Amino acid sequence: MIDVKHLSKSFGDNLVLDDISEHIAPGEKVVIIGPSGSGKSTFLRCLNLLETPTKGTITFDGAEVTDPKADIDKIRQQMGMVFQHFNLFPNMTIRKNITLAPVRTKLMGQAEADETATALLKRVGLEDKADAYPSQLSGGQKQRIAIVRALAMRPKVMLFDEPTSALDPEMVGEVLDVMKELAREGMTMVVVTHEMGFAREVGSRVLFMDGGHILEQNTPKEFFDHPQNPRTQSFLSKVL
Amino acid sequence: MDLAQTYELWRGWMQSGEEPLAWWQTFFVRFYQAFIEGDRWQQYLEGVGITLVATAMALAIGVVLGVLVAMVRTAHDQQRPGRPRNFFLGVVNAICKVYVTVIRGTPMLVQVLIMGMVIFASSRNYTMVGALTLGINSGAYVAEIIRGGLMSLDPGQMEAGRSLGLNYLDTMRFIVVPQAFKAILPSLGNEFIILLKDTSMISVIGGQELVFFAKNIVNRTFDAMFPLIGAAVIYLVLVMIFTWLQGKLERRLRQSDRR
Repeated sequence: MIDVKHLSKSFGDNLVLDDISEHIAPGEKVVIIGPSGSGKSTFLRCLNLLETPTKGTITFDGAEVTDPKADIDKIRQQMGMVFQHFNLFPNMTIRKNITLAPVRTKLMGQAEADETATALLKRVGLEDKADAYPSQLSGGQKQRIAIVRALAMRPKVMLFDEPTSALDPEMVGEVLDVMKELAREGMTMVVVTHEMGFAREVGSRVLFMDGGHILEQNTPKEFFDHPQNPRTQSFLSKVL
Repeated sequence: MDLAQTYELWRGWMQSGEEPLAWWQTFFVRFYQAFIEGDRWQQYLEGVGITLVATAMALAIGVVLGVLVAMVRTAHDQQRPGRPRNFFLGVVNAICKVYVTVIRGTPMLVQVLIMGMVIFASSRNYTMVGALTLGINSGAYVAEIIRGGLMSLDPGQMEAGRSLGLNYLDTMRFIVVPQAFKAILPSLGNEFIILLKDTSMISVIGGQELVFFAKNIVNRTFDAMFPLIGAAVIYLVLVMIFTWLQGKLERRLRQSDRR
């Protein structure tokens, strides 16, 4: 589904991603972990071209994302993204936050988008917040709305960039629950996170990144129980 | 005895000195002379009208220029790094930079004089030339205000819009600009107030706005205090009205902040 070949990214002289090749198959739940500054967020942001790769190609569903002539808006419509800081639009109600993109990209009419929004809000238990503004919500609620906003575009893959890192500890659970449900429904997911419990429970594959490389990857069970790379071992010994 | 007769009588006394006037009688004579004799209040009104028209014109020119320049400069600065830069945009951006630098780097009064006495030396329509100058001047400041507003917004907003598949223009239109507008409204209001007061400079090239008429009356009556303070009070009242309106607008836009 997503095919990454020889991806490199540097900011000025700082090489953040160094020749990464990786394949993500439909239905996979890939969890990326690693210390801060390891390039895991940059890798994720390259997938939908929020960062422009310096070298390499990314192909999504047969379309080359990195082709300068690619219709990046069309491609992004099929890749939902959830940010660490939610990035809800504070100038709109929750309903408008959710329906703006489907309506403007002509994916749905306003009525259909409103119905979709209501249905999705019900799923995350926030149907009574449709007419509230983002500033009236808690962090966990905001992040659940952000997930719903991305889902309203009916994406084929969901990218999560540290979705729980900016949350109060007691709100982490409610967001992870939504993500787990999404995983159960078979959504293809790429998740950058520090939640090792989530990685172990939900991930179909865990990638460990450091210094712009993918140092190790395995199924969650193998990865957490028998890490091979010394760097992985020392990282896990600190966070587990 | 009505007011006009009283004025004639007391002014006679004041000029001849045959009968010493109390301070309030002097005040009355000077006030009457500055504002009421020969229906002079109509001149102030006409001046205020022209001041407002000139402000509105300058504001329109300034906002249009400011938006254009800010768009060019922001689009130029936001080009994806690592890609070949758009040459045309580079040229236009350079022009915009020169414009902002020159306008912000020279005194407004000098700009008005140059426009009125050099560039449009043969024009008789001083008020319009003045309004045009103010508009061009204001455009440079408005451009920087708008650019600041766009840059101050969390880049995550643009990213969130684009990540949903919205194109650049839609993201600007529905997400970035409405928020930036709310953020810059106080600065824009301030710029508008400065503009309103700066129309007074048009009078140096003969533009017939409020100060022009006030000065005329000074020349006619040899009394500077009342016409000038009168003009000052009129400006003050106008500014207070606009400040009040601006506050109302800001409160309306703050709707989404309520908790």
